Amino acid sequence: MNLREALRIAMRGLRANRLRSALTMLGIIIGVAAVILLVALGNGLKTSVNAQLEPLANLITIVPTVGNVPGGAAPKDLIDADVAALQEPALADQIDAVIPATTGRALIETDSWRFRANVVGSTESWIEVNNQDMAAGSFFDEAQARSGAKVVVLGPSVATYLFGDDPAAALNQTVRMNRQTFRVIGVMQSVGEPGDSVAVMPLDTARRYIFGGGDKINQIVVQAAQASAVPAVQDEVIRILSERHRIKDSANRDFEVQSLRSRLDSFNQILRILTLFTAAVAAISLLVGAIGVLNIMLVSVTERTREIGIRKAIGATRRAVLEQFLIESIVLAGLGGLIGVVVGVGLSALGARLAPSFGPTFESFAPAVTIPSIVVSFGISLAIGLIAGGYPANRAARLRPIEALRYQ
Amino acid sequence: MIQLEDVTKIYRMGSVEVRALYGVDLSIDDGDLVAIMGPSGSGKTTLMNILGCLDIPTSGRYLLDGTDVSTLSDNRLAKIRSRKIGFVFQSFNLIPRTSAIRNVELPLVYAGAHDRRARARSVLEQVGLGEREKHMPNELSGGQQQRVAIARALINDPTMLLADEPTGNLDTASSVDILKLLGALNDAGRTVVIITHEEEIARFAKRVVRLRDGRIESDQVQRNRSEVSA
Repeated sequence: MNLREALRIAMRGLRANRLRSALTMLGIIIGVAAVILLVALGNGLKTSVNAQLEPLANLITIVPTVGNVPGGAAPKDLIDADVAALQEPALADQIDAVIPATTGRALIETDSWRFRANVVGSTESWIEVNNQDMAAGSFFDEAQARSGAKVVVLGPSVATYLFGDDPAAALNQTVRMNRQTFRVIGVMQSVGEPGDSVAVMPLDTARRYIFGGGDKINQIVVQAAQASAVPAVQDEVIRILSERHRIKDSANRDFEVQSLRSRLDSFNQILRILTLFTAAVAAISLLVGAIGVLNIMLVSVTERTREIGIRKAIGATRRAVLEQFLIESIVLAGLGGLIGVVVGVGLSALGARLAPSFGPTFESFAPAVTIPSIVVSFGISLAIGLIAGGYPANRAARLRPIEALRYQ
Repeated sequence: MIQLEDVTKIYRMGSVEVRALYGVDLSIDDGDLVAIMGPSGSGKTTLMNILGCLDIPTSGRYLLDGTDVSTLSDNRLAKIRSRKIGFVFQSFNLIPRTSAIRNVELPLVYAGAHDRRARARSVLEQVGLGEREKHMPNELSGGQQQRVAIARALINDPTMLLADEPTGNLDTASSVDILKLLGALNDAGRTVVIITHEEEIARFAKRVVRLRDGRIESDQVQRNRSEVSA
């Protein structure tokens, strides 16, 4: 018996009980669509979070801590010499930049308004390392950083509050901090709060006029050449600083090294487990669907006992009968799987279109369909047809023609 | 050429053994028109099952065109059925929701033959249903359904047309039609075996075999066959 004929017979069998076939397929449709949609949700979340954080993932942040054992050596501050030590040539090919920073809060005043902002003193590389862009004017340059020029770059919230909506309006205006005047040379683009409420100036300017504190800094950011180099660079940073601060036991460290990379890795790990778990839960409905297919195929074989007898009497072999029912159940489950793929992809696309309209927070929840989830869930639905159809088809094939013909 | 040699069939129903056929010898020549008669319980259904290769004898030999089919496997029997036997049943047994022509084509599908559509069309025309090929079984009268069944039985050019109470479910007029058709097929050289308990049908056969309690009671050639008439 050829395949076309077998398919036609199978389709006739399924059409004979449209409602029953549709309900059976529904089980598979729901299972496949749920697997695809849930995997797409997890994937969308992972992709969008990683896309947002990936540019920052090669940063290592070092901050001083007070965590120390009682009676031990006094904690040492991070100072300019620590920064210089990290710029040693042995690490040069793995490190793109070492940026010291000092931070604190300060009141920014104009003649008519005041704004309390986070003030950052750093180097000219700060903007690039933090992956931010200018909305107007420019960031301070190396010469301004070296000379400690009294210039400041404002975050968009600060600029809007003090000078109005047009970022260009803030350029070359004067602001006062700590009874000193600073010239506004640039306004940055928005990155969301709290990053928008900052004022950035050269490190020496901040130490000299606002925070004081000689050569102390309260943050060093090390930018690794690639995200993959982060663990090695992190180890090297700890070694250099431990040596400089004469720390032998890691419990006594007076600094803390953090990297977004390791947090991102563990986030991805958790998300992957979560996605697999939810997909497995959805796959339970596929199992239920498989039982539905098995059930309906058993009913179908019983109902058509007489038809099987007729077919055998006119020359159908066991194999021909087996194939007929197997193909019928594969078509049933496969069609369900196909519709499930369409529904799952459709719902994911709909979700992706609707998610942003619920606000920026939900943009991350836009589902992104993965090809493996389609292939695997469709493959499973075909396998369901084969396995759940196997037993009933075998029963049909083994029917004895005399008894089958006598069946009413 | 069909030959049964000392064929016995014993069924086991629980612990009871039922002898359905007991030492039956029967040979049917090509082109014969045989009626197998007998009351219920006489073993005629069992004989038909064995003649139609739906079942195998417990002992004895069955030679169909010289091949011993009494020991064949399920699969080989299915192939023999598809090539050498054409069944006509009392209740027509067409596949439901399947057009007349597809029903007729079906044995060719299982035999793996080509130009099925053309052959099916020509056999349907032969039984006088050329213009009903697209009809579903439930759109046809009983007589028409039985014609489709006969066309289906003929399509593989079988050694023997085996009809089990072919007029049992038909009114008199349709019965006459069907018997005339079977007679015409026999006139054209086809071997026809009819299983029946109706004397009127038996009277139109060339030869009548009577069964009782699993044995052949009588086997006679009818010299003065009656014509089929209403």
